[in-house]
Amino acid sequence: MSFKSPLEGIEEQFEMIQILDENGQIVDEDNLPDLSDDDLVELMRRMVYTRVLDQRSIALNRQGRLGFYAPTAGQEASQLGSHFAMEKEDFLLPAYRDVPQLIFHGLPLYQAFLFSRGHYHGNQMPEDVNALSPQIIIGAQITQAAGVALGMKRTGKQNVAVTYTGDGGASQGDFYEGVNFAGAYQAPAIFVVQNNQFAISVPVEKQSAADTIAQKAAAAGVPGFLVDGMDVLAVYQVVKEARERAINGDGPTMIETMTYRYGPHTMAGDDPTRYRTDDMDDEWEKRDPLVRFRKYLESKDLWSEEKENEIIETAKEEIKAAIKDADQQDKQKVTDLMSIMYDRLPQNLERQMEEYKEKESK
Amino acid sequence: MAQMTMIQAITNALQTELKNDEDVLVFGEDVGQNGGVFRATEGLQEEFGEDRVFDTPLAESGIIGLSVGMSTQGLRPVPEIQFFGFVFEAMDAVSGQAARLRYRSGGRWHAPITIRSPFGGGVHTPELHADSLEGLMAQQPGLRVVIPSNPYDAKGLLIQSIRENDPVIFLEHMKLYRSFREEVPEEEYTVDLGKANVKKEGSDITFVAYGAMVHAALKAAEELKEDGIEAEVIDLRTVSPVDYDTIIESVEKTNRAVVIQEAQRQAGIAASVVSEIQERAILHLEAPVLRVTAPDTVYPFSEAEEVWLPNHNDIVEKAKQSINF
Repeated sequence: MSFKSPLEGIEEQFEMIQILDENGQIVDEDNLPDLSDDDLVELMRRMVYTRVLDQRSIALNRQGRLGFYAPTAGQEASQLGSHFAMEKEDFLLPAYRDVPQLIFHGLPLYQAFLFSRGHYHGNQMPEDVNALSPQIIIGAQITQAAGVALGMKRTGKQNVAVTYTGDGGASQGDFYEGVNFAGAYQAPAIFVVQNNQFAISVPVEKQSAADTIAQKAAAAGVPGFLVDGMDVLAVYQVVKEARERAINGDGPTMIETMTYRYGPHTMAGDDPTRYRTDDMDDEWEKRDPLVRFRKYLESKDLWSEEKENEIIETAKEEIKAAIKDADQQDKQKVTDLMSIMYDRLPQNLERQMEEYKEKESK
Repeated sequence: MAQMTMIQAITNALQTELKNDEDVLVFGEDVGQNGGVFRATEGLQEEFGEDRVFDTPLAESGIIGLSVGMSTQGLRPVPEIQFFGFVFEAMDAVSGQAARLRYRSGGRWHAPITIRSPFGGGVHTPELHADSLEGLMAQQPGLRVVIPSNPYDAKGLLIQSIRENDPVIFLEHMKLYRSFREEVPEEEYTVDLGKANVKKEGSDITFVAYGAMVHAALKAAEELKEDGIEAEVIDLRTVSPVDYDTIIESVEKTNRAVVIQEAQRQAGIAASVVSEIQERAILHLEAPVLRVTAPDTVYPFSEAEEVWLPNHNDIVEKAKQSINF
């Protein structure tokens, strides 16, 4: 019996895929995505917009005008590059940090703000938005994604389910169960694991003895890829190919994106200085997804400071308007909440409904 | 009409709904080719094909999570948890996810899932196969919890459960699976959820029971006749929501009640029935409302089952205690 390192002989399967390096140079011409100039500009617009949204959301949270908020800066390429490979009819199962993908999948911004405030309308996806609201329980969305994908396969849809979790999520039992189910049924699912290095404060090294998260897919008979999560082109291309494979009936894919969240875990009192060093922050900020993609677009004459400022101003205006819309929303009543519990009210709630209707009429 | 055991009535209900509705899917561990460890799904894969009736990997949380996901695609999943003691593996998927899907999404999505599962004591199973966990489920808003006591109800309740647009936990007492047969119509019919059934009328005391304990209560009522005591026996059929209106109406007539459950005393349904009675009918009561339950230990190793499980003698004793109060 000889005990080998688990990845011996297959290391290259899990080498990190990068297309655009930190300086905005193409380092892998062969895998360059087939995107038009308009698409490239749109990708950058979305990342800039999301960076502004993050800054404004943090400020609004501090002013008490938003509630629960999980900062996104640093993860734009990972979030938006992967989402850019989705079609409108594809189904999105986000985790709580994945609000930007929901917005670009069609959730109106004022509803995203209502979600943050804890108003149920924030979770009411419009009819044409195929998405669940952000999952709070780490990993619960993974088994659900397998179910959405199997459902699509059963009903003959040419679509995929895309779900997100983080490095911490990859330790959950549901993570293994969901990936395994999707593999067993060859269901069209894509599991994006955004490895932002910390599950709140616990570093990824303490989550597992595995060198990568991507390799966890192999045990389920599912392809796994490690991709530079600060490189929007690489993230897009890998998800795009995983989607094509899924649509062709060849089953699910797991994609680990190496990324970093610059901010705290959430705005509810997390202090990253307790578990991260400034050096580490600096090191990752050098790999910033916006900086490198901006350089790339500038080298192709597709981007300018003027254009970026225009986008920033538009974003600020839209955010201001969306907050105003959120303020206009009717306050929630207990009877509203009762009415969204069941299709047919059971006896206990029928009685309580009468009781609360009377209370609310006073 | 045919004579059916409860398990045959359950298979018949599944077959009925698989025929009626293309979106109904039946799946779980060993439910496909094997027809389920109790044969509840016997012949269904053969009749409806592997796309409709299928085996799953062995992972309870995965099975329920899968069901939640499939619900968003217009499907109507009927998963099986092989023994209900295994639901602990799936508690988030059931209580944290399926039960809340409609509420969480503001009505945009819903989970028309019927989780079938065998449970209940007296058949000498290994650990964690026999536990009565309906109290846990009944504490979760968003679910309905159904427990039939006989073949006729089992068929009608299961068909109705599958047609509900919200999740139902459908618990099948193992001891009742093959213990007796009764007339069950071949054609489809439903028994509404949340409606108790007065199994026997009586004027002196009300017995409230469900599942296998309905039969213990009926046996106790039979014995009490010899002492001239006429007990009314109510079969809850649905333990969440409980049909309190039927119970209150009965207690207002009999002025006494004993609430019976196979579960431990601390484990729930009976306690909530007792408190509802005292809130809504205290001035009708001639005696405290009493409970017959199992003691507050973990469900016993199987050799101790007979001493641990409540039985009709316990019910007779409590009834006399109430009458003589």
